[in-house]
Amino acid sequence: MISAINYYLFQAIIIVTVAATGAYLVFFVNQKEKVRRVARSILLCSGILQTLYIVTRYFLSGHTPITSEHESVFFFVWATTWAYLSFRWRYTVKNFGTFTSILILILVLISATASREVIPLPPELRSWWLPVHAGITIVAYGFLGLAFIGGFMYLIQEWELKSKRLGYFFSRLPSLNALDQLNNHCLTTGFIFLTLGILSGTLWAKQIVGSYWRWDPKEIWSIITWCIYLIQFHQRMTVGWRGKRAAVMAIIGFCAVIFTLWGATYLLGGDHSYAG
Amino acid sequence: MPAERIVLVGVNHKNTPVEVRERMALTEGYEEPLLRLKNIPGCKECYLLSTCNRVELLLVTNVAQKVEDAVIGFLFGDHVNLDKCRDYLYVYYDDEAAHHLFMVAASLDSMIVGEAQIVGQIKEAYRYAAGLNCTGALLNKLLHKSFSVAKRVRNETGIGTSAVSISYAAVQLAKKIFGGLEDKKVLIVGAGEMAELAAEHLVGQGIAGVVVANRTLSRAVTLAKRLNGKAVALDELTSQLEEVDIVISSTGSTEFVLTKQEVKSIMRLRRNEPLFFIDIAVPRDLDPSLSDLDNVFLYDIDDLTHVVEMNKSERQKEAVKAKRIVDEEAIKFQHWREGMAVAPTIRAMRSKVEMICEEELNRTFAKMPELTEKERKNLEKMTRAIASKVLHDPLQYLKNDDCERSNEKKVYNLRNIFKLKDGKEKEN
Repeated sequence: MISAINYYLFQAIIIVTVAATGAYLVFFVNQKEKVRRVARSILLCSGILQTLYIVTRYFLSGHTPITSEHESVFFFVWATTWAYLSFRWRYTVKNFGTFTSILILILVLISATASREVIPLPPELRSWWLPVHAGITIVAYGFLGLAFIGGFMYLIQEWELKSKRLGYFFSRLPSLNALDQLNNHCLTTGFIFLTLGILSGTLWAKQIVGSYWRWDPKEIWSIITWCIYLIQFHQRMTVGWRGKRAAVMAIIGFCAVIFTLWGATYLLGGDHSYAG
Repeated sequence: MPAERIVLVGVNHKNTPVEVRERMALTEGYEEPLLRLKNIPGCKECYLLSTCNRVELLLVTNVAQKVEDAVIGFLFGDHVNLDKCRDYLYVYYDDEAAHHLFMVAASLDSMIVGEAQIVGQIKEAYRYAAGLNCTGALLNKLLHKSFSVAKRVRNETGIGTSAVSISYAAVQLAKKIFGGLEDKKVLIVGAGEMAELAAEHLVGQGIAGVVVANRTLSRAVTLAKRLNGKAVALDELTSQLEEVDIVISSTGSTEFVLTKQEVKSIMRLRRNEPLFFIDIAVPRDLDPSLSDLDNVFLYDIDDLTHVVEMNKSERQKEAVKAKRIVDEEAIKFQHWREGMAVAPTIRAMRSKVEMICEEELNRTFAKMPELTEKERKNLEKMTRAIASKVLHDPLQYLKNDDCERSNEKKVYNLRNIFKLKDGKEKEN
């Protein structure tokens, strides 16, 4: 019963997310306020369905659904969606939704291709540390994902301004300042969560294997990612790194995030690849 | 009775040289000229628009030719030869008048196609005319329609979205870099006229402060005063650059005023806060390679002109769409007026009553087959006489040249009472 609900919820999420992305693309082209409101409501719907999906999956598997590839990518989708919706609630960045919904859709489709089988959890991972550690980390990924989109939009807009070719995107993208603020806000939030995620991971590791740090590939990549964001954060604080450099760093950082999430697990193996 | 007509008389920047227009521009406000127009005999409704590019009058009258001449006298003054005046002005009637008004409201007839001020100007002019009771049912309908046409054009086309003058282009670019301009400062290097114009636009956008740097300080002081800013000497340029966000340069210097190296060190001091340079001097004041620096944006006069040209051609494309909307709305207005016209209403009333007579006669004849041909004729005559006597007063009411009620109102009333359908279908 619950597995059927779970199955149909996921199908619904795919459809609703496709619809949201479609609506956002229509808005991007015709710039009608009404379309934007519709698009946002559809995305909100998708966010609610995603939450329900995670809840049903929790009952299905008996633990926080964040261990298999499907689950972790889906959790990433959930984090990005809600990071965007919470962000959107605070302030608007023109047409940010279009780009974000595309990223969300891509992630949903990736999670759809992964096996949805429920994999029993190894006994040592059955702990409340799992939702704390993995949950916090993936929320961080959500915000870093938004910073990546902001950086990407910044680079397009900056290119148009510098090359003096004010084309299709010029009027549709927000001001550089707005994108830089977005970058700053999302990176700060993301960085704080990432730090907490890594800290919780080391504490958990100490509890189960007795040492804080074991140079597992995923741990190495996490720390590399963290260092990239640290440099960025530090430079902004001290010498005022902003604009293009900050945007490029947000993109590089996100690539590292993606590699940590997939590459480190599936290419390099290690302790975090229980579910692969 | 001659039909009521809408007459539009006007001069604009296309047909009339500025020397003629400036003599006509109504400087003393709308009240007095509107009252004079209202007193022209035969003028039932009037409205007047005066901007720096056009003077236009809309009138509703039964005696178009007479009023038209009086209005030309009103516009040019009585001492000018009427025929000569006619070379300068355009006169449109009815549907064409409506079409022209819609074109103006949609900003398709403006010097800068798509500029946004004109709707506001028409609204203001209408407020005066309505306030003085100069407009009636017809012009009220027409002007309200023109506002909705303008709104439709603005919503459905991109005609007003791009900047088509250099100053506006500079403002548009600044907004795309900084977002809001409220807390930004502008530095003007060289107190030239072009720089002043561009700075005025920025000040109009609510910029926080203006600094003027010039070789001769006295000129800097004059300009700074006019723009509510402060004046500095040219040697202070680099220290000022730490504070400001936008730089408009227009000195007569033949060498670059700022080098890349200087700006690079300034950017470090500014903690990379973005800096927007606008170089409107020829020869150029600023090294084009400044653009290579991060967070520095440099536009010279050619770049700005290019932006403007691009926007203009974009607007031309949108103008085609807008024109279609105007055509459509003008036709709708025409249909509405035809439905409201007197002649078709009279015809419709007559045919309705005639039809009733015929039906009733046929019914009576069917019941009384014994009637002779002569008796039948007499009965027919009688019903026709009753019909035309019944119709007499309503028709009189409709045809009367009554100042209290407009034709539209009367037509509307009668059409309701007689349950006639709107529009033209009844005529056939």
